[in-house]
Amino acid sequence: MRYPHYADGMLAPGTDHWCLELDGVTKSFGDTHALRSLSLSAQRGAVTAILGPNGAGKTTLMGICEGLQRADRGLVRVLGLDPRRHAAQLRPRVGVMVQDGGLPIMARPLELLRHVARMYAAPRDVDELVDLLGLDAFARTSVRRLSGGQRQRLALAIALVGRPDLVFLDEPSAGLDPQARLVVWDLIEGLRADGVSVILSTHLMDEAARLADHVAIIDHGVVLAQGTVAELTEAVGVPEATSAPSVEAAPDGPVRSAAPPTPHAARLSGPLTPAAQTALAQLADAHGLTLEFEGGTRTLEDAFLDLTGRSLR
Amino acid sequence: MTVTLQPHAGGAPWPRRVAAHAGFELRNLIRNGEQLLLTLILPALMLVVLVRTDLIRLDTDGAPVIDVAAPGVLALAVMSTAFTSQAISTGFDRRAGALRLLATTPLGRTGLLGGKVLGVFAMEAVQVVILGGLALALGWQPNPAGIGAALLAVVLGTGAFTAMALLLAGTLRAEAVLAGANLLWLLLVVGGGILLPAAGPTRFLPSGALGEAMRTALGPGPSGATWIALAVLAAWTVLFSAATVRWFKWD
Repeated sequence: MRYPHYADGMLAPGTDHWCLELDGVTKSFGDTHALRSLSLSAQRGAVTAILGPNGAGKTTLMGICEGLQRADRGLVRVLGLDPRRHAAQLRPRVGVMVQDGGLPIMARPLELLRHVARMYAAPRDVDELVDLLGLDAFARTSVRRLSGGQRQRLALAIALVGRPDLVFLDEPSAGLDPQARLVVWDLIEGLRADGVSVILSTHLMDEAARLADHVAIIDHGVVLAQGTVAELTEAVGVPEATSAPSVEAAPDGPVRSAAPPTPHAARLSGPLTPAAQTALAQLADAHGLTLEFEGGTRTLEDAFLDLTGRSLR
Repeated sequence: MTVTLQPHAGGAPWPRRVAAHAGFELRNLIRNGEQLLLTLILPALMLVVLVRTDLIRLDTDGAPVIDVAAPGVLALAVMSTAFTSQAISTGFDRRAGALRLLATTPLGRTGLLGGKVLGVFAMEAVQVVILGGLALALGWQPNPAGIGAALLAVVLGTGAFTAMALLLAGTLRAEAVLAGANLLWLLLVVGGGILLPAAGPTRFLPSGALGEAMRTALGPGPSGATWIALAVLAAWTVLFSAATVRWFKWD
C-alpha cells in the first residue's frame, strides 16, 4: 500500500516552502529509541497535525524542533534554520505551547503573560489576548490554583504573544470545555489565515480533521503516513480480508449479502472510502444489483487505528 | 473570530530580557511566604536571639556579640536565598515544565540563568538593607575596610550556592529537592560554620568559607583568613558550576 508522502517532492533544506524539515532524525535515550530515522516536512502557512499514540515520539520530536533536545543523527530545519545552532535567531520567531502548560506555579497569569511579552521587541497586545482567550476572570489568581483548562488557555496566550511565524502547540485543547475548545480552534484557524505556520500535536482526531491541512501519523519513532486528511482516509486501511465488507458470492447470483434486503440488492458493512463506495456501486450497477452501504465513510480515526493498532500503550 | 498577527520584530535587547526576568524572580520570591520566612524572618529572628538572649552563647573572643552575629546572619541570608530558595523554586519550575517553556522564548537558557542570578542579588540587596539595618539598630559597627571583601564574599557565595542549588534542582525530583534543600540548610546552619564561627574542616565547606569571610572582613578587617575563605568559595563556585553544566536537566 502506498501512502501519500512529501518525500517525493521534498525541496532542498532551507527553502522557503517548508517551515519544518526533518530528514533521517534519530534520537535514543539509552536503550529506548524515541525517533528512528524520522523524516517529516511541514508547509509554511499551514496547520500540520502530528498524530500518534502515547510513547510514539511526539514530545521528543517537538523538543528537538524547539531546540531543547539534540538529535543523535539527521537533519533538522525550522524555518530553514538549525534549531540548536541558530536558537537565538529562531526563538523570537517561534511560539511554543508545551504539554501541561509549563507554567511557573507561583506566577499570576496576567503578570506571566506580560513578563513573556517583555521578551519580544514588538509583542502582541496583552490585553487583546487576555480578552480573546477569556483570561480576565483568573488573571490575578496564582497559576497553581488554575484549572487545567485555564492553564491551557494561558499557555496558548504565551505561545502567541510574541507574534510568531511558527507555533508548536502540544495538545492545545486537552482539558478544555467545548466552548473553550471552539475558541482555540477559531484562534488556530485565524493563525493560518494570517500566514502563521502551526505544528499541532494532538490526540483528538476531530481536532486534526477540522484544523489540519496536513497530518502526519507517527508511531515507534517513525512516520507511518502523512498527507491531507482526505488522502489519509483514502489511502490507509482499505478493508483487508478480516475487515472486508460482509459480501458473499451466491451460488446462483453474482453478489449477495448474508441478509439481502431484496433479491437484487446487497448490503455492505464496514467502513469504506468514498472512492471505494463509488467504484463498488458502479460495478454493482453494471450487474443490475443495488448496493447499500453500512458503517459510513472512513474517518481519520479509522486510518489512525489501522496504522497504530488498537492495543493500549 | 480572527486574529491579526503581523510578522515578528525579533527579541527585546538581552539586558532588558534578563532584567525583566530578574524582577519576575524577585516578585515571585517575595510573594512566597515560605521563602520569606526562610530568607528574612528566620535570619532576623536568629540575629535577635543571638544578640538579645542567652539561649545561644557565642565564643566571641572578647569581641561584641553583635560583631560576630551580624556577619554570620548576613551569610546565612545569602545561603538561604541563593541555595535553599533557588533550589526549591527551580526544582518545582522544572517539574512544571516552566524552565523548558521560558527557554524557548527569546530569554533563552543563558538569559533564564542570568535572570535567576540577578534576581538572587536583588533579593540579597533587600536582605542586606533589612538585616543590616536591624543589626545596626542592635549596635553593630562593621569595619568599613572590609566592606569590599565582604561584597566579594557575597558575590562568590552567591555563585557557589546558586550553582549548588541548580545542581540539586536539575538532577533530582522536586520533592527530593524540597526535602534535600531544607535538610542541608538545617545541617549547615547547625554545623556548617555559617552562623557561628567555623572550626577545622568546616572552614572548607561553602557555608564555613562564606561565614568566615564575612566575619573576618567585617570584624577585624580583611586578613589572610579572609582571602583563603574567598579562594575556597571560588573553588566551590567553579566545581558546582561545572557539575551543573554537565548534569543539569531542563525537563
